[in-house]
Amino acid sequence: MFQYIIRRIIFAIPALIGVSVVVFLMLHATPGDPAQVVAGPEATAADIENVRKSLGLDRPIVEQYLHFVGRAVTGDFGVSFKTGRSVVEEIGHRYLNTLQLAGAAMLFAVVVGIVSGVLCAAFKYRALDNIILVLSLIGISAPAFFVGLVLMIVFSVQLGWLPLTGNDSWRHLILPCVTLGLANAAIIARVMRARLIETLDSDYVRTAYAKGLSGYRVITRHGLRNALMPVITVVGLQMGYLLGGAVITETVFSWPGLGRLIIQSISSRDLPLVQASVLLIAVTFVIINLLTDLLYGLVDPRVEVA
Amino acid sequence: MSFTENVDTNVPSAAEPAKPQRSSEWARFWKKFRRSKPALPGGIIVAIIVFCGVFAPWIAPHDPFRPEFGAMLEGPSWAHLFGRDELGRDLLSRVIHGARISLLEGVLSVALAMSIGVPIGVVAAYFGGKLDIVLMRIIDVMLAFPGVLLAIVIVSILGPSLTNTMIAVAVYTIPIFTRIARSATLALMKEPYIEAARSMGMRNGRIMLRHILPNIAGEITVMATLRIGIAVLTASSLSFLGLGAQAPTPEWGSMLASGRNYMLIAPHIVVFPGLAILFLVLGLNLLQDGLRIALDPKSVEP
Repeated sequence: MFQYIIRRIIFAIPALIGVSVVVFLMLHATPGDPAQVVAGPEATAADIENVRKSLGLDRPIVEQYLHFVGRAVTGDFGVSFKTGRSVVEEIGHRYLNTLQLAGAAMLFAVVVGIVSGVLCAAFKYRALDNIILVLSLIGISAPAFFVGLVLMIVFSVQLGWLPLTGNDSWRHLILPCVTLGLANAAIIARVMRARLIETLDSDYVRTAYAKGLSGYRVITRHGLRNALMPVITVVGLQMGYLLGGAVITETVFSWPGLGRLIIQSISSRDLPLVQASVLLIAVTFVIINLLTDLLYGLVDPRVEVA
Repeated sequence: MSFTENVDTNVPSAAEPAKPQRSSEWARFWKKFRRSKPALPGGIIVAIIVFCGVFAPWIAPHDPFRPEFGAMLEGPSWAHLFGRDELGRDLLSRVIHGARISLLEGVLSVALAMSIGVPIGVVAAYFGGKLDIVLMRIIDVMLAFPGVLLAIVIVSILGPSLTNTMIAVAVYTIPIFTRIARSATLALMKEPYIEAARSMGMRNGRIMLRHILPNIAGEITVMATLRIGIAVLTASSLSFLGLGAQAPTPEWGSMLASGRNYMLIAPHIVVFPGLAILFLVLGLNLLQDGLRIALDPKSVEP
């Protein structure tokens, strides 16, 4: 087991190095002279030369990369071009906002997904099953920004139940978390349904019925426990999707998270902020994947069942 | 059977996979395809949208670019079924022209991703060893950016435009095709006929082209149908974020972005383009289910 953990951690290292190279190269891949980009459009030739010196852009690229990584590891991403404040200061609380949104969306997706999946399996091939299946297909196919805008029109404008934008209270969290979690809820429901139907078809479940247990007890005691394992894997994989999807949901609801910051910083060409935010999300994603793998290795389903 | 044959001709050729040549193969394909309940409605939805996209200039009732400042945000009416947008342009005409753009975004980016991703996957699995490890590590890096983030990074480097969006979505899709091509090829490598071709001295390139590609084509086609839907979603998301198609292009995502400022007084200008995306992706998802059954060599005829 210990070896497995070590091997899995070592496997994550190339991905982390690759991510840092891509993020580092963003400055150099952007058309034009990076020093000119940093110095801004009104900079004089002397200004540009100064920037080039201070950022070390005149040194070999490998040296620049190592310097970049060295600073990144200690949390130093330089200062925002726009506000002049340190990047860490700018992104810290936004990172927490994004994690809060993604976490709430995951919770929503897991609860709604598992409940609908179980309902589907319990009423398999009947009206309720079909209705939930059609709804889940729509949930997978609808673009998140459209879902967000429709929810805003219905619940904020027409009914006036929930606030339009912002993040001041838990009521502000409801619409963004539904928007972000909807597609995941649909995917979890489908996996849950398929696995539970498969499980309910097995011999030991038939035995449980033969013992005279009620349908409810068979599903909760025997079916659910054994069908949940693949769902846990899906949840781990989907967490990453939520981090990416947060970019769109945050923009729709003006949620002050990292995703919205990325989009704002791209349009204001504030590269240090973009680099730091992208790196932070990607590293979080790699770590979550690592944890999912480790968890899966620890909780071997066959050990559980026996 | 006349009903089914009628519908058969309506299915667009663009959405059809590697065509079986003889009519008996067609019949077999069709028989299997029909076993999936959602496949036919999906095919019809996609066919309608493809028709709109191909013939947009002829079937759009009005000029999608001509503003009418006297009638801005006008609601749906018989003369303008979807109403008018924030500049008084006919929304129905813009949605119809948008079908062409979204389909191009989806099909071109997936075709590009496929033509890069599949060869990498096949070569990695075929030769294995160090080459496989190196190629897969590179793919892992691409997968380390969650969801649309990789596409956003690429567009931010290349600059916002429709073409760059397609490139970004293609790059973002490459790992999917590499992985599926690799695992399908790995499964084939154990087959006796590959072994036979090798021992006969057939060249590697020829084995990959003649024996491996045709046998993994079905699986790839099914994945492509699914990914066209996801590519449409991703590309329209980028446009919604202002990183894709720019005004006045009638792209569905950017129509929602410019319309959202007016949605409180004129909800129709976000509802119709949004529904258009939803239906196209929904149709492709449904269609994919039928193709999955019809193209699976292991699925037997009813």
